Amino acid sequence: MFGAGGGTASYKEIEEVDVVLLWGSNAREAHPIFFHHLMKGLKNGAKMFAVDPRRTSSSKFADAWLGLDVGTDIAMANAVAREIIHAGLVNEAFITHSTDGYETYKASVESYTLEYAEKVTGVPASAIKEMAHAYATAGKAQILWTLGITEHHNAVDNVLSLCNLALLTGHVGKWGSGLVPLRGQNNVQGGGDMGALPNKFPGFQDVTDAEHRAKFEAVYGAALNPEDGIHLTLMFEAMGRGELTAAFVLGENPADSEADIDQARKLLSGLDCLVVQDIFMTRTAELADVVFPASVAWAESDGTVTSSERRVQRTRPAVTPPGQARHDIDIMHELAKRMGVDLGATEPEALWDELRSLSPMHGGMSYERLESEGGLQWPCPDLDHPGSPFLHGWLWEEDLGGRAPSPFSVVEHEGPNEKLTDQFPLRLTTGRSLDSYNTGVQSNGFQSPIRYGEELDINPADGVSLNIVDGERVSVSSPRGTVEMNVRFQPDIPVGLTFTTYHFPALVDINKLTNDAWDKRSGTSEFKAASIRVDKISA
Amino acid sequence: MADLHLTIDNSTDAERAAVDDVLSPDARVVIHESERLVRGGMTRKNDRRHLLLPALHALQADIGWISAGGLNYISDVLQVPPAEAYGVATFYELFRTEDPGHSDSTVHVCMDTSCQIAGAEALAQALEADGKQVHRGPCLGQCERAPAQFVQGRGAADSVPADSDNIAFPGAFQSIQRAAGHTGGLRLLANIGVVDPTSLASYREHGGYAALEKALSMGGQAVIDEVRSAGLTGRGGAGFPTAIKWQGVADEQGRPKHVIANADESEPGTFKDRTLMENDPFALIEGLTIAGVSVGAENGWIYIRGEYPLSTARLTNAIEHARTAGLLGDDVMGSGQRFDIELRRGAGAYICGEETALMESIEGFRGEPRNKPPFPSTHGLFGEPTAVNNPETLLNALYIVLNSSAAFRFVGTEKSPGTRLFCLSGHVANPGVYEVPQGTTLRQMIEVAGGATGTTKAILMGGAAGSFIDDGQLDMPLTGEDTRERGTTLGSGVITLFDDTVDFTSLLTRITEFFKSESCGQCVPCRVGTTRQHEVIVEMGKQGSLTDERNTLIDDMAMAMADASICGLGHTAAGAVQSAIRLGLIGSAS
Repeated sequence: MFGAGGGTASYKEIEEVDVVLLWGSNAREAHPIFFHHLMKGLKNGAKMFAVDPRRTSSSKFADAWLGLDVGTDIAMANAVAREIIHAGLVNEAFITHSTDGYETYKASVESYTLEYAEKVTGVPASAIKEMAHAYATAGKAQILWTLGITEHHNAVDNVLSLCNLALLTGHVGKWGSGLVPLRGQNNVQGGGDMGALPNKFPGFQDVTDAEHRAKFEAVYGAALNPEDGIHLTLMFEAMGRGELTAAFVLGENPADSEADIDQARKLLSGLDCLVVQDIFMTRTAELADVVFPASVAWAESDGTVTSSERRVQRTRPAVTPPGQARHDIDIMHELAKRMGVDLGATEPEALWDELRSLSPMHGGMSYERLESEGGLQWPCPDLDHPGSPFLHGWLWEEDLGGRAPSPFSVVEHEGPNEKLTDQFPLRLTTGRSLDSYNTGVQSNGFQSPIRYGEELDINPADGVSLNIVDGERVSVSSPRGTVEMNVRFQPDIPVGLTFTTYHFPALVDINKLTNDAWDKRSGTSEFKAASIRVDKISA
Repeated sequence: MADLHLTIDNSTDAERAAVDDVLSPDARVVIHESERLVRGGMTRKNDRRHLLLPALHALQADIGWISAGGLNYISDVLQVPPAEAYGVATFYELFRTEDPGHSDSTVHVCMDTSCQIAGAEALAQALEADGKQVHRGPCLGQCERAPAQFVQGRGAADSVPADSDNIAFPGAFQSIQRAAGHTGGLRLLANIGVVDPTSLASYREHGGYAALEKALSMGGQAVIDEVRSAGLTGRGGAGFPTAIKWQGVADEQGRPKHVIANADESEPGTFKDRTLMENDPFALIEGLTIAGVSVGAENGWIYIRGEYPLSTARLTNAIEHARTAGLLGDDVMGSGQRFDIELRRGAGAYICGEETALMESIEGFRGEPRNKPPFPSTHGLFGEPTAVNNPETLLNALYIVLNSSAAFRFVGTEKSPGTRLFCLSGHVANPGVYEVPQGTTLRQMIEVAGGATGTTKAILMGGAAGSFIDDGQLDMPLTGEDTRERGTTLGSGVITLFDDTVDFTSLLTRITEFFKSESCGQCVPCRVGTTRQHEVIVEMGKQGSLTDERNTLIDDMAMAMADASICGLGHTAAGAVQSAIRLGLIGSAS
């Protein structure tokens, strides 16, 4: 809808916001640093609506928690849109000036009445209406989301349904308002910015664009593949077809993190050559032919990282890597040398300056400025540019900065790919907890007094009807597999829904159960919605 | 809010009922409207935090103590972190967080100054011998009838045994002495013994609410100007010009504003506000209403000592009557102005008489004074513009509005116009509250109270936070500037006499113990200083004299406390000890 992928607002803006829709995000646990900025906003009087199937710890900070059924986000968003339209709360001037396709969109949401949304989502119509009015009438409003929106088979539609709301109300492209997909780790944003995407060069420049390609070829001194690459999910499909036979995995642990994990491990094991570069001996590394021990980015490396608010910051080594571990740049450089290519400079600043010459949005970010100004937010095209606290200000410019108006997207409610059946009557959704990270490679090595998540959270009422007790070890099955785990009775989770984290693959191989149905546009699997059955383990 | 870490202790049905009784269903921060809709949030939480103190009062009153389970229940209902709720509960003298092991009411016996020399310990022992549950504690504000006691009810109302004669009107007002030779008659005490304190009609028959009517017709700025011309200063102890406070709040626009009557008089030796509130409660309501409508505040608060059950009952009654009569509420006296009053009970904390600590206490936090600036006139209660006044000050304002600033200045001195209430107790013939013109000499004042009994050895001016003087100062005029000039203070009008039979070492031991116990602990110099000071005096008691080194230590700590504490408690905690040493009352081997 808007082009480059990145949160449109700064952390500072959430401290001054009036209304927040926290949608499909447990930022309290998954994005604790950002959540501290959000808490300042709440302290300053912001009103927050949390839209989430679970009453998460983040939801407990909200003025209202709207507990929708898993995978009904579009029905909710479209109903919010319809209510805003019918209540006459749309920003007409903004729609006319800055957007395209409003009439078609308006017609498409007409059937999403509040009553329909209540029926589909399970949330009282009055609460949806209240949220719609609060968002539309706020001076400054932001929509924040994370994997509750994107780990679905229709992830992109989910995102678009939220972007539509911002276009409807003009809550984008100005200080305090925005659309904010929260990023994990300190540098997930930086990974995409630097071109770790199948279809983009650094700075979100299209691989298929001949002009862009020529620019990179000139500096790299080599011809570049003119076609888009493929993303992780497609790679596994290609492995399945025998087309992809070698993989170089850097800092990922797909042998634990992929949905339908048995299948993924089988495919990784069948590769002709698997190279893993990581700081830990992960499950994936155990399957590898060659393992390159790498250094820790935040403690042992020199360079930059980019946060969720698009802020590029300097990072410096505090310790030297242990044993045979080497810097990522060093490993790449030596590997290329063995292949007969000299990649040139290895100094971080020299590489950064090369990047600046190729990626216009990083052009003005010299090391000197990054240090003296405490980091800079892209786009920052030249040395005189102050950086950009928020994106898409062009939407409010007289000539739209020479761009086309931003289009509304018609999206329809589908629900989860996997429907509940008599055989698998419970919904399983997965997520994260505060003190653990993803597959636990980086976090399970230390003790934590607040650790939880290897149990299956289930409403006590469901426990009673299943004739199980709190803490009981049960068998949990989906159409793809079965695992054994303990249940934890949780009053905060609605009846019919179950939840667990996937931080503890060694204890509970939860991704044996998750659905690998995925969105063709984002490549993300539907980790958030599987259908399962819980059975007593016969004594 | 989220992130509450409750212990496993569960509340009982009785505890939940006690709390639910004072917290309406809507007072809960988290409301489960349906399985898919739960309301809560920071705004609801912040809006309801001030209910913590009333909820703790409910548990203490009904259950007799605040158990971990009960605290958990309050924490859950109000979404206050249990550690914070515990911190608040343990802050106050009247709250118990350990099982008392009995189900009786508790008799609090005052151990401070006037009561100490009047046989407080003997009373406590007699009560114990009688099978009563006794708690020896700080001043109860009944110094004229020392030794004082206060009964903290369990499942029954709190009471003060000495009040029993006073409940019915017209009562016997032995404690209220009218000053002789006072030109123009009584102003602040004029209604006492004349007006039925439970009857609005009686109050109005005697001219009540004429001042509010006049204030409303004058307009707020004219009222403030008149108070400024009168030169009225605060009667709570600090003596700050009232009009400056009021003007500061009046000038703030666009935010909710508050006026507070600081009825938390806790300075040992002070009982004047209690006397006013018990016997002339409508006057305080009227005075606070004048302050509210004049500065444009819609919210009035009376923060009253938890140990004043009769005052509380009479004020509650007065507020209800005033509300019914349209003298409070959405349209005060048909003026179109909104003003109402909420009464809040403290729970026994000397420091809550400090205005910012008082506001913290109302808001549901530990009564720890705030740093100033910002001052309450811009950032007061709930961070909103607030004027805090002593009840005596408000009654003076009432007089000024009704009689003009010129009439107010008819008595008193140029710099200290008007009259002033003094609380005389200790070795004096007729302990009580007296109203005299400012500038009356100490000698005259004592004579009005029937003269000293025995041979006066020392006089404590301003209470525990004040200082001792000897009979060489008897001709000192009683004004702020004259006392200051002589290195002492009027404070809240405390004059406590001690004859030559008094064991001053024991007296000072108790005074230092008082400060050690009442320091909120926030500022290290005060927390450590008050403790060390007590230790030095205890040690002195054992050794019979004070070494030069220890004497220097007291002076050093006094300086550190004065320099580096944020409120008056730390500034004044050494005053009594230092003056007692200076006068040779303690410390010398005699």
